[in-house]
Amino acid sequence: MSFLQRLENADRRWVFLLMGLAVAVPIIYIGLTGKTLPEKATPLAESAFKVLDDLPSGSRILLAWDFDPASEGELGPMATSFIRQCSQKGHRMYFIALWPVGAQMIRSTTTKVIGGYYPDLEYGRDWVDLGFKAGNEAVIKTIATDFRQMFPADARGTSVASIPMMEGIASLADFDAIVNVSAGYPGSKEWVLYAATPLKKPLVVGCTGVQAPLMYPYVPVQVRGLLGAIKGAAEYESVVNDWVRADRIRLALVEGGMSETEAATIARELAADPKDAGAWTESAAAASLTPASKADILALAEDPTPGIFLEAQRRMGPQLVAHLLMIGLIVMGNVVFFASRRRGGGR
Amino acid sequence: MNRQNLGIIAVFLILGVLVAARAFVGDGMGRVYTKRETVTMVQVERPVLDPTLVGEGEADTTTEWVPEGSADARDFGTPSSATVSWQAVSPVQPADAFAAFESGDPQGIGLDWPRTIGLWVGAFFTLAIFSFLYKDNPFYKVAESVVVGVSAAYWMVVGFWDMIVPNLLGNLAPGFVQATFLPGLDATSPQWAYLIPATFGVLLLTRLLPKGQWLSLWTLAFIVGTTAALRMVAYIEGDFLSQVNATVQPVYQVVTNADGAVDGYATFWASVRQLTLLIGVLACLTYFFFSVEHKGAVGGVARLGIWFLMITFGAAFGFTVMGRIALLAARFEFLFDDWLWLIDPTNQRVVASAVGLLG
Repeated sequence: MSFLQRLENADRRWVFLLMGLAVAVPIIYIGLTGKTLPEKATPLAESAFKVLDDLPSGSRILLAWDFDPASEGELGPMATSFIRQCSQKGHRMYFIALWPVGAQMIRSTTTKVIGGYYPDLEYGRDWVDLGFKAGNEAVIKTIATDFRQMFPADARGTSVASIPMMEGIASLADFDAIVNVSAGYPGSKEWVLYAATPLKKPLVVGCTGVQAPLMYPYVPVQVRGLLGAIKGAAEYESVVNDWVRADRIRLALVEGGMSETEAATIARELAADPKDAGAWTESAAAASLTPASKADILALAEDPTPGIFLEAQRRMGPQLVAHLLMIGLIVMGNVVFFASRRRGGGR
Repeated sequence: MNRQNLGIIAVFLILGVLVAARAFVGDGMGRVYTKRETVTMVQVERPVLDPTLVGEGEADTTTEWVPEGSADARDFGTPSSATVSWQAVSPVQPADAFAAFESGDPQGIGLDWPRTIGLWVGAFFTLAIFSFLYKDNPFYKVAESVVVGVSAAYWMVVGFWDMIVPNLLGNLAPGFVQATFLPGLDATSPQWAYLIPATFGVLLLTRLLPKGQWLSLWTLAFIVGTTAALRMVAYIEGDFLSQVNATVQPVYQVVTNADGAVDGYATFWASVRQLTLLIGVLACLTYFFFSVEHKGAVGGVARLGIWFLMITFGAAFGFTVMGRIALLAARFEFLFDDWLWLIDPTNQRVVASAVGLLG
């Protein structure tokens, strides 16, 4: 049997095994070395970030987690980054779910991000978990006019009337922006049709790869920012990580006595290239800062990003290798097909 | 058994032996640690500091539950104050657990058997589902059946507690729901209008009866009618009119810089994008226009429409592949990180991961 015939008759399970190795080996390599691929944000990821960034601190953001553990690998990183940006910015977060398991996703992501990194945020004042409601798009249609009819109590059974941050929330119109992380129906399309379009509300969508091509036509009017699949998640994650680092450095610089404008510019530069932080703290520009402030800024610049905020970027390594394998297999399959047809064995 | 099957089985056997060996090297694998603490709350009578807030005939104190040992408990509690205690269980990272064990003072930290078994069950079911790639087998069947059964039960329970109790019973019998299920819910007067959806819901259940199934058709008719009406309005506004509006834009798209000057490069590409969009829409519409035979110029445009559609399908397929690989990567991360302790991207074990393995 010639090599060509062997390839033609190869068991498809070898392809599965190769794909498994193409994903597993980079995961182990990245897991052991901590190295991730650099990400350059596309305008879609940048506009998703800008929608939340342009709103003043304390804005009311509705976060709808319409996904389940089956799509958590793709959507979980987006969800954690959305919470991180809102928490750092000081927005008030209202979590709801139109998927039954979405309630678990709310619990898991808020525990990881708010519980782990923003423990000062107070439940009921800074964030609230309103849980799951059955009814698909009818839920959105109802809360567009009467929020409390659908959500009389939060996920813990507390009446919304007793939750301070629910004061002034009568309908969807009272929110400043909507963030939806969606794995299918009901999800981003329903939020576009029943909330963003009729109410003209800024909507940011994070969705699975399967949904992404269906959501592109809504950009940029009905959907202001779109994160498609793990690639969109990785881009947004890197933007948020850089911004959080810059924001913390900015706050430290302002605390050290620097003006707000100057601090913002320097913080952006240091966050973009943290290696320069050591040299900058020794430069004349940092002369007005106390040694303690300098040490703070150095620590903030060099502080490694926590692993949970690098999930999407870690998963881009396996993506690269698996895609190369996939392209190689498609090319090889076509070569084998045309070669065998040329020899008279074509189907 | 042919050579290929033997080869594949050999690969899986080697992987199995490596996993078994992993259990005995380094700091082990697949364990979950938790911290158990007894939380005690004390009921205190706190005086109202602002007398203007106290109405006539009202008590000048408020009853509150505060943590035992807190300043409030010391100041306002009495030996006869009511107390309530429970066990709080919180997850602990293995690194912290190892440090506590080494110090000789575990501080309530210990191996959590139920969660550890849950982790191993999760790993088993992940591998059982993967085993379908080799061929259909009993392990896969068991995993598949468990997913279906657990999902159905979970949906039912969540639907009951998140929807029927607060939204239906909470409106029909608010006092009962507050006293029995949800103490935090407001006990307002009953909303009898909710008897209508309750009746429709009960009618839907008549599908399960041997006779009188036709009663469920009323509910179904209501669902179909309202859904059709809701969707028609939403699709006309959100999908049709908005999309037509977004498509019918000037082909020449001017992009300006922050200083107001025209950015020639961006303007050129924005215009190309708008032109491509317009041609794509018209070509695809022509392809789906069957009142004219697809010959000559119409046939050419229709063929262009097919190209646009094929590129769209290719992009959709590419996105789908990316999504599936991400899900596979997430499952592998679970196996390598949480179960096998081969990697430690979130620094849960720090020393106990790869370094421990190599040592």
